[in-house]
Amino acid sequence: MAALYESYTLCALADTGPEGTRAIEPDRDRDRVVITESGRAVTVYKVSDQKPLGSWTVKQGQCITSPAVYNPPTKEYVVVTDEKVSAEVYRLHSVPDREPLVLFRHGAVRFLDSLLAAPQQTIEEVLSEEEVIRWSAAVQMEQQLVLLFSTEQRGQHCLYVQRFSPNALVKHRLETDSTNSTPLSYAATYRDGNIHLLYLFSSGSVYESVLQARPTVPAVSGTVQALPRSLLLKLPVGEGELTAASALPVDESHIAVVGVPHPLAGAGKDYLCLWNTHFQTLQAARELAGKIYGQLWCFSGKLFVPHGKILSVIPFECQKSSLAAAMGKLKQTSGTNGITLSVWSCIDTRRHNNDNTLIIQLKMSTRNQSSCPTAEQLAEKIKVGSEKEVQKQVEEFLHGSQPEELQLTAGRLASALVMRCQADPTFYPQAAFTQLVQTNYLCHSGCPDLLVLTLEKNDFRLCQLCLQLFQDIPEAVTCCCLKTILSFQDSELEQVDLEDGLLFMKALTQTAEVSDDGDSGQHNGFSREPLALDMSCPVGLHKGALLNEVLQVPYSDSLLLPHLKDLNVPQVLLFLQYLRFLYLKYSQDAHSRIPALRKPTVTQIMDWVCLLLDAHFTVLALTPEAKSLLTSLHKFVRSQVKLYSELGKIEGSLEALKKSKQSREIGQYSIEVIELF
Amino acid sequence: MGEFNVHRVRFFDYMPSAIRALAFQPQRERIAVARTDGTVEIFNRADCFFQEKVIPGRQQAATEALAWVGDRLFSAGLNGEIIEYDLDNNKTKYTIDAYGGPIWSITSNKQGTHLAVGCEDGTVKLFEVHEDRIQFERNLAKQKGRIISLSWHPSGSKIVAGMMDVIHIFDTETGQSVQRLLVDRGVGTSRSQECVVWSVVYLSDGTIISGDSAGKVKMWDSRTGTLIKSHQVTKWDVLTLSVSQDETSLAVGTSEGHVVQFQFLSMVLGQEDKEWVRTRTFKNHTHDVRAVLEVNTAIVSGGMDTQFVVRPLLDKIDERGQASALRNIQFPHRRLVSCARKAGLLLFQYPGHLELWSVLTVKRKPEKLLHLKIKGEEHICCSAVSPCGGWIAYSTVASFRLYRLHCENNNVSIIKVSKLPKVLSSANQICFSSDSSHLFVASTCSSVHVAILNQSGCKFVCTLKPKSGERFYLVGNDMQRVIYCFRMFQPHCTVPVHSSGVSAMAIHPTTNNLFMVHADQQLTEYSVEKKQYTDWSRQVQRHGLHSLWLERDTPVTNVTFNPKNPAHIVLHDMYMFCIIDQTLVITRLPNTRSQFYNQLTLRSMPEKERKKHSHAFKMCKIFKELLFVELMEDQSLVVVERPLMDITAQLPAPVRQKKFAT
Repeated sequence: MAALYESYTLCALADTGPEGTRAIEPDRDRDRVVITESGRAVTVYKVSDQKPLGSWTVKQGQCITSPAVYNPPTKEYVVVTDEKVSAEVYRLHSVPDREPLVLFRHGAVRFLDSLLAAPQQTIEEVLSEEEVIRWSAAVQMEQQLVLLFSTEQRGQHCLYVQRFSPNALVKHRLETDSTNSTPLSYAATYRDGNIHLLYLFSSGSVYESVLQARPTVPAVSGTVQALPRSLLLKLPVGEGELTAASALPVDESHIAVVGVPHPLAGAGKDYLCLWNTHFQTLQAARELAGKIYGQLWCFSGKLFVPHGKILSVIPFECQKSSLAAAMGKLKQTSGTNGITLSVWSCIDTRRHNNDNTLIIQLKMSTRNQSSCPTAEQLAEKIKVGSEKEVQKQVEEFLHGSQPEELQLTAGRLASALVMRCQADPTFYPQAAFTQLVQTNYLCHSGCPDLLVLTLEKNDFRLCQLCLQLFQDIPEAVTCCCLKTILSFQDSELEQVDLEDGLLFMKALTQTAEVSDDGDSGQHNGFSREPLALDMSCPVGLHKGALLNEVLQVPYSDSLLLPHLKDLNVPQVLLFLQYLRFLYLKYSQDAHSRIPALRKPTVTQIMDWVCLLLDAHFTVLALTPEAKSLLTSLHKFVRSQVKLYSELGKIEGSLEALKKSKQSREIGQYSIEVIELF
Repeated sequence: MGEFNVHRVRFFDYMPSAIRALAFQPQRERIAVARTDGTVEIFNRADCFFQEKVIPGRQQAATEALAWVGDRLFSAGLNGEIIEYDLDNNKTKYTIDAYGGPIWSITSNKQGTHLAVGCEDGTVKLFEVHEDRIQFERNLAKQKGRIISLSWHPSGSKIVAGMMDVIHIFDTETGQSVQRLLVDRGVGTSRSQECVVWSVVYLSDGTIISGDSAGKVKMWDSRTGTLIKSHQVTKWDVLTLSVSQDETSLAVGTSEGHVVQFQFLSMVLGQEDKEWVRTRTFKNHTHDVRAVLEVNTAIVSGGMDTQFVVRPLLDKIDERGQASALRNIQFPHRRLVSCARKAGLLLFQYPGHLELWSVLTVKRKPEKLLHLKIKGEEHICCSAVSPCGGWIAYSTVASFRLYRLHCENNNVSIIKVSKLPKVLSSANQICFSSDSSHLFVASTCSSVHVAILNQSGCKFVCTLKPKSGERFYLVGNDMQRVIYCFRMFQPHCTVPVHSSGVSAMAIHPTTNNLFMVHADQQLTEYSVEKKQYTDWSRQVQRHGLHSLWLERDTPVTNVTFNPKNPAHIVLHDMYMFCIIDQTLVITRLPNTRSQFYNQLTLRSMPEKERKKHSHAFKMCKIFKELLFVELMEDQSLVVVERPLMDITAQLPAPVRQKKFAT
């Protein structure tokens, strides 16, 4: 899901006409941008305050030909006037922590410092006379810097990829979409080790090409290969073609598009739209007044769109969506515990933080930030430090970090800890793990080995926590947990402190005794005797509490079923007995009296019974020990079916009761009889 | 008590008209209400908002505004006339033309010496208030465009006028405009439309508050002519403003049916700097709120949806009680239906005509026998049909008419009685004696005229006059506190004065006891023979009435007696009817412990136990929105309902419709 928030105006725009260079570049901090416009003025704005911080203009007669950029090493702003250094400059590109790159009109590239050191050096001509650069971008990868630029020559579009150290220039051909269709905008982002190039054609097609950061096959000089591409989205264009439009990826599954008509609105209206490329859906749209220039920028969660005579800033939010979460059953107990989960939330567990009453939220204090180690330092420390040291460091780090920071680093730290534990069997900082899990920033996909590790180490307290807090546990791991719990002896589990889950189990077994004593007689002529036969809990309290957590883990039927088959017959029998016990208890209405934050629902229990029987029916049918269990389940189900059929019979009379309450339609006149007493 | 056949009648299409203006008289706590059909109603705030007086309207009346000057009430309208009302006789006292085209507003200064009217031609006209008339004094500097709203500064030296797109401040001494405040138009499409300043208020500290068609409430500084603060209250129009007497609270009525309260509060606790802050929103109306009043402990509002809503401000009320309840007055506190008990006829009073229907014939459907249109522009102020069904009388402010009615087998003939006694020129109340032989007409100057009715016509007998100048009615509902009883047309006695007005009363045909129900829901019974309260009445007073009875918020509008059982009294208000069994009262008057609405409980009990649990008040809430309940000769009940849904259905569509999830 994505949403556009209320927009605000950053500044008014001078009317520059179509030829004016207007550009927005990021400044040294996230909240500032450098705006170059009207060919003569550069202004630095503080975005959140909507205020200009400084402004420069060039002399009369001069003209800014390349937008101003920030030069981090020298802390200066650099601008090119009248296209000239030693050859015609196309554009400057700011690179984090490095000198800006200078791209010349004929394709040569230099770092600014080397250019300034020898201003009169000769600049080679890479491109032919008629080849014109249309777009360029510098992409900073982990270690490497890549400059991309596209050119046009007689309707032919090419993409050049310039890599540095060693310098290499690779040329690709860009296939056009159809006849007369030209690329309108490009955007390049670095993601998962690859450069993703997104380009929008005037026919409304949005293509994505993935360029590997390091080319595996050295480019064969002389041949120009077409760039492999995939169609991401076909935007509705309406009649005619797009003229000024722009598409920009805002995260891996969303793109922002300006200048493309809204599919539902009529012509003549301009919209900013957020599209989901996974599901091909329009997620949010905002009408923009005034002329659209087909320009769009995105910095730190805000979109910058010039339209009419203003530059609007539109904050947005894109929540991650995942198909696995959409398909899996995110089963949650409802009612008393107040945990609500949205279907879209499995990656980012942090968001339920507010709703989750169960989790003790750690106080994030910023006071000892100076003494607090950075994540990198900590990760290093984890590799070598003793258990106590690591424990202390993790605690300090958790106390001293900002929530945003934690979100990014929690998974990394946990993975580092798990790796250390796997390498060193004596190392197991249980408290550190617990604290990390309880921050709520951790999920199973963040450190896949943690849950398995807890099982290896028989740390059931942490296992319980993980089962409670991770929403994305794969079915295989769920089954693995189930198997381990079932195979453990009750006596071995008794030392584990399971808190709330244990209380629920205690209350459940106690009510059993009370009701056994008290309600042995008849109830409305109905005897409970045959049902109350086997009411003692088949497993220990601790094991029961852990099984309850497993029951509440989200899962998907078809994915769980094959893994359930791994359980052996005694385990299946024990689990079935326990489920039957729970179900009988629930059907006696015992659970509703027990105040617990987390408890399995009746539907969860029933679903597990069905799954278990599906997975093992033939085996159970052949096992003599299972016979009595199966018959008692059958008996119980039969009595339930009978009850519902009886209820169905009186449904008609219940309906009539409901109807009698509704008032009748009264006409203009009626004669009625009333009786007063 | 037994079974009753109930004729449930819903064919009386009573339609109240929209409220146009409200005015408050603080000394006597009276609220005047002007409706679009020209009717002016007077409500008594101190007496449970009882509707004391109704001055009937007339066709083409277009009252726009009301103003009190002391005890005197003035109105002005789009027909360009200023009217002073004669509140003693419930009619217009005189009318004068302001000669300035349609009048949009009228307001008096605090000193009570002058009236100002705002006219279509752009003039503010000042009238001097004399003892018996008002006299035109001068015009203030004429402006271009109509004067929509006016407000005096409490000192009387300045007056502020709201116009189109502009507000002018006039000096009343020189008559010149001293300030001109420009009001912004709305954004978007409404930019092309003029901004109408619907209402202005001039506070004693020099602040001017305006409400306009752009949906804004603006605070201005009158000395510098600058805008201090602007509040966007609604997307539609702000139609009306009213400030409390201590100038700390402001009520704003909007066309989407909301009333918004602003309060003059200090922004920081303990500091002196105060600001107008929007505090509360009341959503009691579905349509335009055309008038709003801030009366210290409550906000009174009325508008297109015809309801008169009293919304109490709970922060100013300490105790729970009558004053803390939300009141919604939809029906008049008087009877619009009269009934011929013997003939089974119902007479419905509409503003411009009467309808006579026959009910009480179980085999036949009820049918409309007569549709009597009145002549002239004046609306009907009262009407009655005689118990035998042979006579119909009605009166407007200008004329009184009596008709002889013959009903035989679907043939209805009606003859106007031509030679009426001259004294019968108009009436406030009309009443027939129970044997239909006498006609009592309550008229102006506190007199009741009595006439004998026979085949030949109507013969005047005498005029009953109270000794003092007070007014009275023999039987019927009137608001005067002093009640005189006459016997054989001679003054007989005076009923002790009760603090609350009488909403309904009747003399018992056999015992000659006068049964009265007051606006504060108290019941009294006075023995005319013994000239004292009856024992039953004293017992009721001593015992006290049940709290649920006292908490009802609509007054009883009709009292009748069961002809078969003299101990049964039938009463009704808007939401219930009730039969009081006077034989039961001594042992079982409902006290606070017992269940008051106990009919359902009694129904489920075996017969023997019922007696133990029943009490004197047989409440029936099956029928709602009652205009009239009467017990006929044959022990059947006639119930006239007017569902509010039907009234709402006839209203125009509201500007703002509630949409799902907005």
